[in-house]
Amino acid sequence: MRIAGRRRFLNPAMLALAAAATGAAMGTAQARDLVVALKTEPTSMDPQYHALTPNIQLSQTLFDPLVCGDADLVPKPCVAESWKADGKVWTFKLRPNVKFSDGSPLTADDVVFTLNRVPKVPNSPSSFKVYLQKVEKVEAVDPLTVRITTSEPYPLLAINMVGLPIMSAKAMAGSAPEGKTTTELNSGNGLVGAGPYKFVSWKRGAEIVFERNPHYWGPKPAWDKVIYRPISNPAARVAALLAGDVDLIEDPPTDDLERLKKDPKLRVETKASNRVIYVALDQHGAPSPGITDTGGKNPLLDKRVREALSLAIDREALVARVMGGVATPAAQLLPYPMFGASDKLTKAAKADPDKAKALLKEAGYPNGFTMVLGTPNGRYINDSKVAQTIAAMWTRVGVKTSIDANAPAVFFKNRDSYAYSAYMAGWGTATGEMSNTLNSLLVTPDKDRGVGTTNRSRYSNPEMDKLVESSAAMMNDGARAAALARASEIAMADFAMLPIHFEHSVWAMKKNVRFQGRADQQTMVQYATQAN
Amino acid sequence: MLTFIIRRLLQALLVMAVMSGLVFVGLYVVGDPVSMMASPEATELDREEIRRNFGLDRPLLEQYAVFMSHALRLDFGRSFLTGQPAMGLILERMPATLELACVAMLMALLVGVPLGIWAGLKPTAWSTRGIMTGSVLGFSLPNFWVGLMLIMVFAVYLGWLPASGRGQVAQLGPLSLSVLTLDGWSRILLPALTIAMAKCALIIRVTRAATREALPMDYIKFAQAKGLTWGRILRVHLLKNILIPIVTVFGLEFGQVVAFAVVTETIFAWPGMGKLLLDSIITLDRPVVVAYLILIVFFLVMVNLLVDILYSVLDPRVRLQEAKA
Repeated sequence: MRIAGRRRFLNPAMLALAAAATGAAMGTAQARDLVVALKTEPTSMDPQYHALTPNIQLSQTLFDPLVCGDADLVPKPCVAESWKADGKVWTFKLRPNVKFSDGSPLTADDVVFTLNRVPKVPNSPSSFKVYLQKVEKVEAVDPLTVRITTSEPYPLLAINMVGLPIMSAKAMAGSAPEGKTTTELNSGNGLVGAGPYKFVSWKRGAEIVFERNPHYWGPKPAWDKVIYRPISNPAARVAALLAGDVDLIEDPPTDDLERLKKDPKLRVETKASNRVIYVALDQHGAPSPGITDTGGKNPLLDKRVREALSLAIDREALVARVMGGVATPAAQLLPYPMFGASDKLTKAAKADPDKAKALLKEAGYPNGFTMVLGTPNGRYINDSKVAQTIAAMWTRVGVKTSIDANAPAVFFKNRDSYAYSAYMAGWGTATGEMSNTLNSLLVTPDKDRGVGTTNRSRYSNPEMDKLVESSAAMMNDGARAAALARASEIAMADFAMLPIHFEHSVWAMKKNVRFQGRADQQTMVQYATQAN
Repeated sequence: MLTFIIRRLLQALLVMAVMSGLVFVGLYVVGDPVSMMASPEATELDREEIRRNFGLDRPLLEQYAVFMSHALRLDFGRSFLTGQPAMGLILERMPATLELACVAMLMALLVGVPLGIWAGLKPTAWSTRGIMTGSVLGFSLPNFWVGLMLIMVFAVYLGWLPASGRGQVAQLGPLSLSVLTLDGWSRILLPALTIAMAKCALIIRVTRAATREALPMDYIKFAQAKGLTWGRILRVHLLKNILIPIVTVFGLEFGQVVAFAVVTETIFAWPGMGKLLLDSIITLDRPVVVAYLILIVFFLVMVNLLVDILYSVLDPRVRLQEAKA
């Protein structure tokens, strides 16, 4: 009797198992679909709501901008066939055959609508207005010509257009000032673009589905359907790829790379990115909050001390051991040959602990001092491990360093209230050129001009400031690049900030998928093709 | 009975108010949501504008007062990050979590109670030792490890089940459920098993203890003496009397699973609300965190209330009016 009772309990479970096995067999993806595991779900489908990588990489797949950035962020014609700047007036010639995914043609009026909508989007947590700096007026000259007037000569306008993909004025018609609202766009209403794929559905937290845009003006997109699935846990992303659930994953953990590379069914793609990991050193005044043993002095004001700290760091070893080889040691804040990077700073200086000790002695700190290094934990690849290693290297030359690792939210709060004498952070140069990097990180902070916004070390060098500021008006690319390279050399000779390494972005995929990585770390499916 | 329920609901309101205040202060101390949201290139002026838009420039007390006055009208504000109503975002994901919790707890119950009774009836048998050792493993193995191992074995090596996601769902009224499709079952099985293992271990232990306590009772002996079959004794006399502790544990654990299935949901990329909470805490999306916790407090109070009501149904000696919550 008792045994019979137990069997009754077991039966439903067996049935479920059998059912499940059949389900798995039926659920296999078809050959021409691409399933991508994203590490972060976008916050919205509105291409003008939140300037954030997870959002931008998807909206750039639905909507083509006037100008596209290629894998190295070099501007190339997209919806605009050509453009030219004449002082403050820019003229963009549109490609005549561009159609939206609903089949209607893309005209200059759509461009005007798109650019004018940006400031009207309410409650944007991170506005796209940064791409419209200095823009005064946008006009449609004829259906295929757009004229943009800036308040002063502004060479970055073309590259800024990459951030503003073109929306359809007709599909966006609505009663709100911004046309269709962000909420409407999130449900797919109004999501009509001229990109290679078009929107099908979004189930928050579960999946986003795109399909091929039949009206696409460019080469035929490689996939019938693209399914994005947010899988935030890195180990779970790898497991999903190994199990064959997904075809392409972002950011596999560095510890797993060796194993993934050896797997004959998989392929690993890496791409040097423009995200630099740096250490900022407080150069504001004395005393500095995280430094003790110096009798109230701030040793970081002394260039020799900053040089000593830089020389103490063995960047090669750091990249090889802590970063698993997927990073490049950095000698400046943007890798050469990106725009405005100096060709004299292509190789990081070799570590030299003896010279570091000598410099510290010369600066009057023969016994070093004690310092705290702040770092976020979980924002950049292996961030707290990298900071620990740097702290150990500094301690070796006499600067006794402990690290203060915090969740990103806490770290940024501390950093923004100048609570650190030294902190490690990262900077991804969205425009792919040096003026963005220097303006944000090293130019003397000026609220009215909107520069030096992330210069928390408060480094200030009028010579470098002037070079960067004057470069902003140089319409000649060669002259501008030279001025920025010079500015970069000045800052690095000052040891204004210590560049550590450039992160590499890593993607892992099945053998039958090919994906070209991008320097801006974005996963854009138009760069994924079938391998056989 | 009615006064009892009303009193419980009033208490829930008080807890919700206190808790929302704590969360407000807590998140305020942790960091500035604007520095998590704004693009790093945003100027100070941009940041100030964002702060103004979300009302973050006002004193904390005023922000809280505004929140409370809206909350009384059941408006919990909009998520900073997505601009969507916070409660809507949570309710959208709640069915997935509830479904997972129900399947997991049902699995735990269907396996745990019979095994527990068996272990209680045969305390010295080899099979019982096996069950008890297994149950120790069940609740001492960490959840995320069990989940990853299940994925490794069933999805990666054997390839029987998919590793993650929710798969196809079928619509049942307003609810979309995966248990109605085969694909859905294949996906819910592993995460549910991960949760069920720990919960099952607990239920086995409780059932066994209750069984051993009930066995020497006079009514069991009397039933035996009457010559009733064991099956009838178990079902009618034993099971009825050991149900109270099982219901208690089941209720508490069910609430736990719904509120904090975060780890399992993250590993299996299950689109439930636990993952939403985690993401919102990381990005300091205060409206979502507050709305989530308010909902969970309400839910836990409701589960406890239901358990108390069940007591009075199962055991006529229990009177709700006297119960102190």
